[in-house]
Amino acid sequence: MKELSLNILDIAMNSVKAKAENIGIFIEETDETLSVTISDDGCGMSEEMVKSVTDPFCTTRTTRKVGMGIPLLKLAAEQTNGEFSIKSSDKPDDHGTVTRAVFYKNHIDFTPLGDVISSVTTLIQGAPDIDWKFVHSKGNKSVELDTKELRAVLGDVSLSNYEVIKWIEDYLKEGYESI
Amino acid sequence: MKSLAELAAIREQMKDKVVLREGSGEIRVVVGMATCGIAAGARPVLNAFVEKVSEAGLNEKVTVTQTGCIGVCQFEPVVEIFEAGKDKVTYVKMTAEKAAEVVEKHLKGGQVVEEYTINKALS
Repeated sequence: MKELSLNILDIAMNSVKAKAENIGIFIEETDETLSVTISDDGCGMSEEMVKSVTDPFCTTRTTRKVGMGIPLLKLAAEQTNGEFSIKSSDKPDDHGTVTRAVFYKNHIDFTPLGDVISSVTTLIQGAPDIDWKFVHSKGNKSVELDTKELRAVLGDVSLSNYEVIKWIEDYLKEGYESI
Repeated sequence: MKSLAELAAIREQMKDKVVLREGSGEIRVVVGMATCGIAAGARPVLNAFVEKVSEAGLNEKVTVTQTGCIGVCQFEPVVEIFEAGKDKVTYVKMTAEKAAEVVEKHLKGGQVVEEYTINKALS
């Protein structure tokens, strides 16, 4: 992947497929590190599955027998001396997955974050009925988006509506100008 | 500053259109957005379709959606176009520029852009 934002898009797609109702994307930056956490309340995975997901030959897809999404994110983090973890539970009363990757920004093999706004709007366009929460914080400043707040104003107008997607894009762009 | 009031205005504008939506989606544009598609550049292709379809005023007729792996990863980004009563058209190795052209010629003009189809790629 050319940008970390593409890894984020890819991993969040897993949450969509897991039929999550709430998905959170949290990016936290310090001078040295950038950490990405993607959390969902989807169906989750069994312990056995969690152990094997970092293996590229594990996949949920039916068209082929390899899945590269999680291994690619893990690799991107580890090549900067960073860390990767995934926690999941498929218990009926407590299910979901949290994927976290920490990157060292000054490492030569750090993949730039890229156009994360585009990843967020792509996700919302594709799964407008999910409640998305996005927070990118740098020190004490942050950019935040919570689709629940937008939905309260929009009523039955879908978040996938082009005007709404455009608004979200501009809103996030404005937010990034201030951090 | 972007404000929630603007969203309220969008909601007002949409009031009339919601009714028109019924029975829409005559044409479905499906973009493959699995790992293979994303790595090959599906994100800008999807965004170009969403934007250009709206600009061309085709929102009532065309629905742009996302799917997982279509199964021909070597040809990603792959876009499938479904239209009632017509054969499915599969566009391969798409870019944002090609997407704009497909919106103009195929979705608006009704002419398949043969050059970008899988049949052409395989021939």
